[in-house]
Amino acid sequence: MKNTTSLYKSLGHRILVLDGAMGTMIQRYKLDEADYRGRRFADWSSPLKGNNDLLSLTRPDIIEAIHREYLEAGADIIETNTFSGTTIAMADYGMEALVTELNYESARMARQVCDEYTAVNPQKPRFVAGSIGPTNKTASLSPDVNDPGFRAVTFEDLRVAYRQQALALLDGGADLLLVETIFDTLNAKAALFAIDELAEERGEAIPIMVSGTITDASGRTLSGQTAEAFLISVSHLPLLSVGFNCALGAAQLLPYLETLASKSEFYISAYPNAGLPNAFGQYDETPDAMAAQVQTYFEKGLINIIGGCCGTTPAHIQALAELAAIYSPRRVKQDAAVSSPVL
Amino acid sequence: MNYLKLSGLEPLVVTPEANFINVGERTNVAGSKKFLRLIKEGAFGDALSIAREQVEGGAQILDVNFDDGLLDGKACMVRFLNLIAAEPDIARIPIMIDSSKWEILEAGLQVVQGKCVVNSISLKEGEDVFLRQAKAIRRYGAAVIVMAFDETGQADTYERRLEIVQRSYELLTRQAKFPEEDIIFDLNIFPVATGMDEHRRNAVDFIEATRWVRHQFPAVSVSGGVSNVSFSFRGNDTVREAMHSVFLYHAIKAGMNMGIVNPSMLTVYDEIPEELLLLVEDVMLDRREDATERLLDYSERNKGTKKERTEDLAWREQPLQARVTHALVKGDDRFIEVDVEEARQQVTRPLDVIEGHLMTGMGVVGDLFGSGKMFLPQVVKSARVMKKAVAYLQPFIEAAKDQRQKAAGKILMATVKGDVHDIGKNIVSVVLGCNNYEIVDLGVMVPAEKIIQTAIDEQVDIIGLSGLITPSLDEMEYLAEELARRKLEFPLLIGGATTSRAHTAVKISPKYPHAVIHVADASRAVNVVSSLLSDRKAEYVDRIATEYAGVREGFRKGLAAKEYVSLAEARVEKFAIDWTAEPLIAPRQPGVQVIEQQDLAALVPYIDWTPFFRSWDLHGRFPKILDDDVVGEQARQLYADAKQLLQELISGNWLTAKAIFGLFPAAATEDDDIHVQDGDRSFTFHTLRQQHKKAAGQPYLALSDFIAPQSESLQDYMGAFCVTTGFGADEKAAEFAAAHDDYNAIMVKALADRLAEAFAEYLHEQVRKNAWGYASGETLDTKALIAEQYAGIRPAPGYPACPDHQEKRTIWELLRVQETIGVELTESLAMWPAASVSGYYFAHPQAKYFGVGRMTDEQLADYARRKNVSIEQARKWLRPNLLS
Repeated sequence: MKNTTSLYKSLGHRILVLDGAMGTMIQRYKLDEADYRGRRFADWSSPLKGNNDLLSLTRPDIIEAIHREYLEAGADIIETNTFSGTTIAMADYGMEALVTELNYESARMARQVCDEYTAVNPQKPRFVAGSIGPTNKTASLSPDVNDPGFRAVTFEDLRVAYRQQALALLDGGADLLLVETIFDTLNAKAALFAIDELAEERGEAIPIMVSGTITDASGRTLSGQTAEAFLISVSHLPLLSVGFNCALGAAQLLPYLETLASKSEFYISAYPNAGLPNAFGQYDETPDAMAAQVQTYFEKGLINIIGGCCGTTPAHIQALAELAAIYSPRRVKQDAAVSSPVL
Repeated sequence: MNYLKLSGLEPLVVTPEANFINVGERTNVAGSKKFLRLIKEGAFGDALSIAREQVEGGAQILDVNFDDGLLDGKACMVRFLNLIAAEPDIARIPIMIDSSKWEILEAGLQVVQGKCVVNSISLKEGEDVFLRQAKAIRRYGAAVIVMAFDETGQADTYERRLEIVQRSYELLTRQAKFPEEDIIFDLNIFPVATGMDEHRRNAVDFIEATRWVRHQFPAVSVSGGVSNVSFSFRGNDTVREAMHSVFLYHAIKAGMNMGIVNPSMLTVYDEIPEELLLLVEDVMLDRREDATERLLDYSERNKGTKKERTEDLAWREQPLQARVTHALVKGDDRFIEVDVEEARQQVTRPLDVIEGHLMTGMGVVGDLFGSGKMFLPQVVKSARVMKKAVAYLQPFIEAAKDQRQKAAGKILMATVKGDVHDIGKNIVSVVLGCNNYEIVDLGVMVPAEKIIQTAIDEQVDIIGLSGLITPSLDEMEYLAEELARRKLEFPLLIGGATTSRAHTAVKISPKYPHAVIHVADASRAVNVVSSLLSDRKAEYVDRIATEYAGVREGFRKGLAAKEYVSLAEARVEKFAIDWTAEPLIAPRQPGVQVIEQQDLAALVPYIDWTPFFRSWDLHGRFPKILDDDVVGEQARQLYADAKQLLQELISGNWLTAKAIFGLFPAAATEDDDIHVQDGDRSFTFHTLRQQHKKAAGQPYLALSDFIAPQSESLQDYMGAFCVTTGFGADEKAAEFAAAHDDYNAIMVKALADRLAEAFAEYLHEQVRKNAWGYASGETLDTKALIAEQYAGIRPAPGYPACPDHQEKRTIWELLRVQETIGVELTESLAMWPAASVSGYYFAHPQAKYFGVGRMTDEQLADYARRKNVSIEQARKWLRPNLLS
């Protein structure tokens, strides 16, 4: 069952741990086209390998097993397997019609596993974060250089798509929504717009985590914003947390987290990659190496929610969880924390 | 208290210290006739220049307005704001979306990623509309300007302003939950000095109402359109500018913290002439009955001359290449045709402008992008300027019939199977498209079979593969294998976030015997593609292949870091040259030769300047470093100083350059030694062999491998040399130092070092062409020399191929270096004078530079035995190369 109250309570007195990479874990299974298709999509017209979200329907056993591994490792929050679960991203596979089902089922499965763990240890309630990815189109950048004013997707397209995803995630049992890996702030603003509309219609507070992506050493998002400009652009809703994930390792992410922590009264989240990719695109930072860097976050009191992105595994999450248990969370202003769930 | 926070690409926080936020107004069809005309003509590109001028002129927020009866305001707003988003130097500041129509405001809100300001809403149409709009604005994440306007009209008195502000504030904060810091009140600035009595208090009432609002609601902001206040003095800019400054001076003191001001219509308050200041203040503050008449009178007497203020065009004064580079880096296409025309007149072929001026500029763009100082939209903009320049040149290129016109290439672009990320690929596509390449874009998740079939059907010149996720790397390898299997020869470009030069070199390149090139970022794509499609292709591909071989070598070294083979094994797997394949060439002039005094001027063309800059802590390749954005200016200065001193140094004969070299019969032994015979004197060079474990079939190198073994039928040779340009350098440096000129003291030594290296290069060439004569037909320029494109090598003891400095002693004995040219070896085997170079000559075409790397104690013991020294002595000199 949804558990928003204890989410805020938990955040008030400890650092919560988000899970690690889904894609990295799926890769370990070395699935082939047939695994992705399952029986149900055996005759689907386009190739489906790589459509990880689909595995929630065709190989739910794998997704559930990965959730369990992260929960065993000590994660407080589990992300649904729905990073690409919008009509916009699913158009690549011709699977727009499956979006509601994919999100609902993914959330339901995560909910079920989390509830099981919460029942065993009520002192450590587990939460489901509905993952909302950036889609594969950008509302602020033109894919056509001869027409820089052109846009492949509009705010309205995004709002409608995000609304559908968010609704299914909430109906499936997500405790909170995680708008993540934000390359283009305008996309995120469309998601926030849709979620705020839903909150009003449903008459319920929807805790929202917002997590941007600083793409490289320039310290900016893909759409060109600095960390602080990004923060200002998403601060109009009472967010549960704001933070960064992906693209960089924990050490590289530090200065941008410091910017957020010093400028924001929201809780701060971070789930960096396991270092920078090596020459072969693999993330080979060990759990201990990553934890050592994350320890700096904790020592500086920057963080309320910590987790891992690309390349992180249950071993990484376990290392982070062990460390998180011995540090205090970042303190936010009382009024900000209390007013957050109230719309 | 919370402050108003806005954002473009960068933040704008309106703190009390910010004093006054200046809103640019020239991108407003109501505020600028020129802007209106440009928009009506559809000249959005030129309209963007106005926005850029505003930002460069100091605007902190950009007001954008298309409220004109003849315009489709909504379409114009969306188009213009989308175009601004592609201009980072404009988009860095927040936008103020300005319209009286809600649908235009909302359309604007949907296309801006930053937190903008809506200008404006009011109670004009009642509370319901007001609240609905406020709520939507909040949801879009914007701040709002609220006009002092209600159902009964615009507030034009002190009391009415207060009444409307109070009511609006309550509704916004209580009912719409609008954060108070996101509210900006526009308290209506009306003209003064109109001649009508009821207008006399217009400025005073505004200022006083501002004071009240900021006192009552400290978190809100107060704004207004300043130029209104001087409306009645149109035509006299001197008076108007003074009026604006005086008005702002008082309004800001009262708490006005934001406003629409044309910065070019402002003067500095303290610089207003005393008489004018008094008259203007009388009007603004309503201090005299006849204030207006007195100011009018002044205005008649002092018809102001119209002032022209323009953006900073100082860069137009710079040399041609700097201007071209500036235009490309800034993405500013306004002058590119003029500059390109100037360039065209300076070159023989129009194409040279593209390959010279423009490519140089694009190289800078690439470097800035690579180092994180430019980001994607800027690079795309640069590409646009490039395209415009190329388009301008096209007719000239076609008209010049005698020159072979380069066919624009056809490039296939695809994100590989299993991957859906295409932003980077699209950017590469557009950048290439801009440069007149035809793009066949297959989109995302493209199976290898389709890529290959399309490449064949469409007869493309190059295939570009992109991928962001890890498994895409395997897919790229697979595609390369497929191409090889089907014996196809398309050059392959590899790009995308997970790809890397190392991966391309190690994993993809070996699977495909044709060009495979990693393209680190979009801005480099043009250079790569143009090289692949030029007549320099073979040379370019070779260079990349060599580079990648180096990367592989380096990578293997890293991989095998901990594994070493026994010396015996390494010797079995030595670098085996087939000595019968080509004849060994005997030196034309065997024995020792001396150059007593070398003309320094002849060495200058052989100078490799890159290490010179490095010695001054300026990093970058010469000559590009001279245009480097960060160190360029310093590099240019240094280079100019260096050339100046070099000139004096040569004409003043400050340095004496000498050289000695000898070419001798030589034979390699089984245990890595080389015997050298000088008449009846015998010498032995002891070489070291690589032992770090390599992939099967890879040789373990030692320098002795490049010399033929003793045999009846073979007679090989090797050489040794020492050059110096250092005699006189210490003395001259001391002179400078004594004159407190450390700069030139260091410089003279740095130049001597460069000259010594140049001398070594020069002498090697002389030896190859003349004294030994095995490469008499060779013609290489400095660049090729630096790139070591000649046959044979000249490794120096103490360097990676022969790390033991002790071998220098053998060279000294063999050549009688010290006795003949005076170069000495110090106790630690450094050469004196410092500006000296010594080494061996190996002539075999397969001889190459390598690093010995680390060796086992077994080789150490063997080496000590061969050299007839104690293990301790050998260990002392080889320490850096020992495992233990």
